[in-house]
Amino acid sequence: MKRNACLIPLYVWTAVFVLFPLAIVVYFAFTRDTGNGVALSFESFTRLSDPMYLGVILKSFKIAIISTLICIFVGYPVAYILARSKSKMKLVIVILMLLPMWMNFLLRTYSWLSILENTGLVNTLLAAVGLPKIRFLYNEGAVILGTVYNYLPFMIMPIYITLLKLDESHLEAAADLGANPVQAFLRVTLPFSVPGILSGVSMVFVPSVTTFVISQLMGGGKVPLIGDVIEQQYRVVNDWHFGSALSVVIMVIVLVFMYFINRGDVESNNGNGGRLLR
Amino acid sequence: MGEHILELSGIYKTFDGMDVLNGIDLYIEKNEFLTLLGPSGCGKTTLLRIIGGFLTPTEGDIFYKGKRINDVPPHKRNINTVFQRYALFPKMTVGENIAFGPNIKKWDKKKIDRDVDEMLELVSLRGFRDRDVTTLSGGQQQRVAVARALINKPDILLLDEPLGALDLKLRKEMQIELKRIQQESGITFAYVTHDQEEALTMSDTIVVMNGGRIQQIGTPQDIYNEPKNAFVADFIGDSNILCATMVRDLEVSFLGRSFECIDRGFGENTPVDVVLRPEDVVLNPVCEGSPCGEVVSSIFKGVHYEMRIDVEGETIIAQSTINCPPGSRVSISVLPENIQVMHKSEMSPDRRIKACDKVNLEA
Amino acid sequence: MKRISKCYIGLVLAFLYAPIVVLMVYSFNSSKSRAVWQGFTFDWYRDLFSNDVIMGSLYTTLLCGVLAALVATVIGSMAAYGLGKNKKAKSALVLSVAYIPMLNAEIVTGVSLMLLFTLIGLDLGFFTMLISHITFCIPYVILAVLPKVRQLDWSLYDAAQDLGCTPMQSFWRIMFPELLPGIGTGFLLSLTMSIDDFIISFFTTGNGVSNLSITIYTMAKRGIKPEINALSTIMFTVILAILVIANVGAAKKDNKKRSMRI
Repeated sequence: MKRNACLIPLYVWTAVFVLFPLAIVVYFAFTRDTGNGVALSFESFTRLSDPMYLGVILKSFKIAIISTLICIFVGYPVAYILARSKSKMKLVIVILMLLPMWMNFLLRTYSWLSILENTGLVNTLLAAVGLPKIRFLYNEGAVILGTVYNYLPFMIMPIYITLLKLDESHLEAAADLGANPVQAFLRVTLPFSVPGILSGVSMVFVPSVTTFVISQLMGGGKVPLIGDVIEQQYRVVNDWHFGSALSVVIMVIVLVFMYFINRGDVESNNGNGGRLLR
Repeated sequence: MGEHILELSGIYKTFDGMDVLNGIDLYIEKNEFLTLLGPSGCGKTTLLRIIGGFLTPTEGDIFYKGKRINDVPPHKRNINTVFQRYALFPKMTVGENIAFGPNIKKWDKKKIDRDVDEMLELVSLRGFRDRDVTTLSGGQQQRVAVARALINKPDILLLDEPLGALDLKLRKEMQIELKRIQQESGITFAYVTHDQEEALTMSDTIVVMNGGRIQQIGTPQDIYNEPKNAFVADFIGDSNILCATMVRDLEVSFLGRSFECIDRGFGENTPVDVVLRPEDVVLNPVCEGSPCGEVVSSIFKGVHYEMRIDVEGETIIAQSTINCPPGSRVSISVLPENIQVMHKSEMSPDRRIKACDKVNLEA
Repeated sequence: MKRISKCYIGLVLAFLYAPIVVLMVYSFNSSKSRAVWQGFTFDWYRDLFSNDVIMGSLYTTLLCGVLAALVATVIGSMAAYGLGKNKKAKSALVLSVAYIPMLNAEIVTGVSLMLLFTLIGLDLGFFTMLISHITFCIPYVILAVLPKVRQLDWSLYDAAQDLGCTPMQSFWRIMFPELLPGIGTGFLLSLTMSIDDFIISFFTTGNGVSNLSITIYTMAKRGIKPEINALSTIMFTVILAILVIANVGAAKKDNKKRSMRI
């Protein structure tokens, strides 16, 4: 009785500020202003088949998938080394991995510009040793770099936490049964860490596919993603219906994605995410 | 007899459609050490929680010194509990834990101080006052839990399997310790356990429970020597429970033979159960006239040998200081007074029968 | 092998810290341009405090962060307490809805709230931004507090009542202190998320109210002012100091406890 009363504020808040707003988005996505009133319409969705928008969606996916894969391949070894390490420095390094998140991410991303731009640090160094300058910025590669840079810790931490739980004796048993270290890793460690990887993937993929700041800063507006188009619809073009349709597309992508990642186990999977952020 | 400090009448408790207690009638006498004994899931902890006020019975009434207290919340009952896993407050020291109740009740500070020391003395933990409870061993935590409850001078102290988490040696020590504390403080103890040996060692009265019903109430001697049904006999110690026929008064037949016994009043040719305690089974060299069998196994138990003997297809457990090797043949005899005859599968015995009442009944 | 591991970790750390170090170094650069180093200066630190735009958005950021974290902590902790005693399966449905703001794309959350505020006629500004921040902070509080509620030893609650506490007293005296670490974590988590947020604030604020992220975003188009670098350096150093102090403190306490046991 009293415990259920504790849930009332959450219910009210979630209904008014989460579910109702999302319903509005859906409403706008499926309607159109006809001049004399609002009518049901799928026009916004048919507009999506425009090759320009399809291209943007595909590019968003491409960049998000590449970034997520890079995060896995760069982040997994870090998580593995840290989890297996018995060094006293271990905790310090884990904190160091998380610490950058306390500096504004826009500033950190922006700072990459000073390193990579044509007159930036790297190119100045290259010039000093007599090498030609390289154009790093304002292309897909730069956007991927920015994405990986921002979300790498979100991949490392869930994998690290999962691997911490791996009992050493499992590996000893595997070795005892004749597995060499590579086999032991592939047969024991890797399968064990899959929940961590999935959790990390969900924390990297969703923000990467919907970002609009990183693409604007690192891509210089030359690599528009879904997020950029949505932002334009609301902020510049003022076409709420089309903007909402794009939002609905993103919501569906997120939902489908979460379904496959979580398979219903909301609680345990996000437990990892929470610990990561602490 | 002693004053009835607590009475339970017709207590039923249902959880999600599951009957946990099925009509419990019981009273607790002042200053006694009463044990609720039974296998896990028999309802003994539920009954204790009802007495403590943490649960209200679905049906039935609880009377405390004659007053109905069904709706009195735990903090208004002069009953304290020692919880199964002690439930010591982890952020407080030993002294703070013990002083918790008096502080809530706003006793005089000096009195609290004095009483805490007195309690530490009682539970043999002098000098532990400022220790962090999380640094204590299981046995020490146990003592703090007892002191924390006793300082409130409850009329009844409820103990919910308090020794369950301790190792065997410590458990034996604490049994003696608890009995001493009970006798020194003169407080009524209601004790829950599934360990029959613990119950026999410590109690004045044992209430054997199973399936939410009371199976038997009596002194440890009654319960051990005269189990009222097969469940009690089986639960209290190893026993041989055999199907038998009461031929007439003072004669019972089992294992294909007639035996002299001391029971009467069962009628003639009535099917009954017979209990033979392993230590009462006497093994003799094979002789005519008594049932014979072959020793199946023999295990050395430290003081005696425990042997399983196959007699007429039944396995009889016997204890003896003399070893009969497996394969050897022996014959079995039992003294008449060691044959315990019981009504067949008597699952709901008389309620409210206690050691003292039983004497009256038989008289 | 060991050396390769160390090198690898070092490389990843270098990658993570390169822009931070560059930013900090430039906060002492007397040139306004980020391309050239013209000598050491504290000027930007001095100018920072007279820059109304930056100080204003810092104030907005902190005020919004603290208020949002407070409200979210109350709502989220209550919810976690309510959910904690339920079976996991029972609370899974409630949680999957409550976690939407955390799992959904931020841009969708931001847009949907903007639509809501506009439709019900609320002027976008500090208040709307605050509501939005509370909305996305609540799930993080639940996430931090729920495990603590699940770990609660309910026999302590019974024990307190057994010793004379009313149910209210036993909650506040015994159970609440057990939850406090989780609640504290939830608050700090919320504060961090709120201070760092850009996307949702971007859509839900207006009327010239802007937090640090939005100010930086606006500046980024015309060139970041070095004062911002100075401010970030200060904030980063403060966080670092707090972490170091907290961890050294915890280590000392740990040692003390260990030596006491011996």
